[in-house]
Amino acid sequence: MKFTETLLQGEQGLFKPDSLTPMQKMTLRFVVVGLVYYAFAIIEGMIMRVFEVVHLPFVTEKQFYAILTAHPLVGIFGSTYSIVFGAFLFLVPFLMKKPLWSLRLGHWTFGLVAGGTFVFWFAGFLSHYSPLYTLYWPLPADFSQFSVGGGIFFIAGIALVMAGAALFVINVFKTITYTPPGRDKQPAGALLGSALGLSGIRNLFRKEKKEHLVSLPVAAIARGSVDMALNTTVILFTGVLILVYMVGHVLGFDLKHSGIDALLYKNWFWWGLDLIADGLVLVFVAGAWYLLATLITGKKLFMENIARAALFVELVVSWTVWSHHLMSDQAQPGILKLVSGEMVTAFELITQGLAFAITLITLWNARPLKMTHPLKFLFGGLLGFALAVPAGIMQADLGLNRILHNTQWVVGPHVHVAILVGLTMTLYAAVYLLLPVLTNGAKLWSDKLANVHFWCHLLGGIGMGAFMGMAGLQGMLRRTLYFEGEFRPYMILAALSGALLLVAFLAFFLNIVMTVGLRGVIGIFLPAKLKTRDLLPGSK
Amino acid sequence: MVDPKTVLWGQTIAYTFYCLAIMAVVAWFAYKVTRKGNEKPFPKALFWTFFAFLVILGVSLHIVTHETIPWKAMDLKRHKIVADREFTIAVVGHEFKLPARPMIIKKGEVVRFTVTSDDLTYGFGLFRPDSSMLFQMQVLPGHKNDILWRFDRLGRYTLRSTEYSGWKGLRMTVPDAVEVVE
Repeated sequence: MKFTETLLQGEQGLFKPDSLTPMQKMTLRFVVVGLVYYAFAIIEGMIMRVFEVVHLPFVTEKQFYAILTAHPLVGIFGSTYSIVFGAFLFLVPFLMKKPLWSLRLGHWTFGLVAGGTFVFWFAGFLSHYSPLYTLYWPLPADFSQFSVGGGIFFIAGIALVMAGAALFVINVFKTITYTPPGRDKQPAGALLGSALGLSGIRNLFRKEKKEHLVSLPVAAIARGSVDMALNTTVILFTGVLILVYMVGHVLGFDLKHSGIDALLYKNWFWWGLDLIADGLVLVFVAGAWYLLATLITGKKLFMENIARAALFVELVVSWTVWSHHLMSDQAQPGILKLVSGEMVTAFELITQGLAFAITLITLWNARPLKMTHPLKFLFGGLLGFALAVPAGIMQADLGLNRILHNTQWVVGPHVHVAILVGLTMTLYAAVYLLLPVLTNGAKLWSDKLANVHFWCHLLGGIGMGAFMGMAGLQGMLRRTLYFEGEFRPYMILAALSGALLLVAFLAFFLNIVMTVGLRGVIGIFLPAKLKTRDLLPGSK
Repeated sequence: MVDPKTVLWGQTIAYTFYCLAIMAVVAWFAYKVTRKGNEKPFPKALFWTFFAFLVILGVSLHIVTHETIPWKAMDLKRHKIVADREFTIAVVGHEFKLPARPMIIKKGEVVRFTVTSDDLTYGFGLFRPDSSMLFQMQVLPGHKNDILWRFDRLGRYTLRSTEYSGWKGLRMTVPDAVEVVE
């Protein structure tokens, strides 16, 4: 096929959007929007990377910080949440062997996440509302620096995303526990207990162990969704609080900021946010690794019961580690810094270390394996967390935090390597693996481009994290602009690495468009021709 | 007191060595899984050994830093320590209100900086002329934010806010705010 024909119809014309079920369409819509928002994040990330080298004349300092505020939120909520929600709303019914509880709720989740992200991004773009994603009190309500109108829309956008996340959680748990029409009644309580790990705990005390009713990946999705529900509540509450001050200001009331204790707010905020960073991300990623390993090898997971127990431990640990974000807050009680910040946080080395080892050993026991794209990206994801988790454990030490907090070390080797290499490469592994299933047999246009994608993303992600980390160890702060060219050599190298990440994305984007074709991309968003609740066409 | 630069060098060496090692391990693993094995399953004893290693590492890291990084123990006991010198600094409207400039400290003194904010969350960090950090802490409004530090080396330090407080705080820097003399 000629290039233009392939661009329109996809590789060999194999992708037929009309053959997709409503479930496949919904999942692919989530993935497309997730990749669009990833493009937002990577383009704006590159603007910031270049700005750190040389201040661009067409970007003001206020704009820089508006970009810095939106960047992590677009990346996490717009991109990652979209891809994860799409994948899990497909996988939970697939693995539970029953239809999704509510396709309508799935569509609402899609609309709220996609729309909400655009609302807060656009509000920041226009008004330069820029209290950063940390929203440290009382900065979000400082109207001497930020537009109250822009702030209202910004917070409203976040609230829409949270509403979408809440609907996702409901859909996941209802799908696990409900009985589809025409089937024998399912034991809802027992299914929920198995998903959450309660039956596993009871098994410790039983002589005759009861079989797990819910597969391990579904258990991971369920447990991560518990953290998502709690996090959604915290962020919504925080948003309402900020909105109260904003609406008050619009109505002419000057509410005292000191009415809210900044330390208590910070504890509350980080307890909630760590349910994402140290909770659902780690649980979802571990579950994804286990699923990928079993699908790639066709074999059972090594030490599955230990993996299941580690997921439960990780869930509980995620509720108790937030103080590692307050190690340099001198009013924070020392006992919280030691127990929550240091000791319990160190548990994450164990839980993620176990997930890492179990996944690798499952692959090892299935040798020889073909080095496919999903396997390659799975190794990338494993390596990313192997690099980023120890970096996080180091900065969650009272002594080291004194000289690392708010430096580029935190956001380089830890945050970006965890997110870009660990999390994103794991998601790409799932995308490459599930692409044929979700598209009813579309063929990847170019293996060479997939390899370019892999190597550029891996080297770019690790490189960027490394050079940012080196700058951080030399004293470069995060969230800070330097005006005398300090740390420029590191920023140049970080920018070049960021450019590799951009090349990786462009390679992947071209490959996917050529695989499904432009008509295919449009077809994904048109109403489904098949009227069925089945996940795949012709399946029962 | 050991210089933070020395601690950071130690961290750099340890983490670099670890990164190279783990990249080599994963690369070797990725190569070996594409090769036929001896069909023996992975020994569970090795798995449990790895688990024990993770536990020991997680526990020992913080014990080691407690014993080797002096400002860690000093920070935990700072309310019981009488400083040789005290400075009280207020921050409001993105400006540091210093009691003196520079704040003069004698070499070897243990100094307490107590910083308060009347409006936003700021940071309080001292930096050497080469922009490397000596230490930092967060400054939360409505709370006493204090830090104890022993100054063992002569020199001048720039004060910088280490926490973002909006675009108005982008230039919250006071050059030569602290001078350590004989």
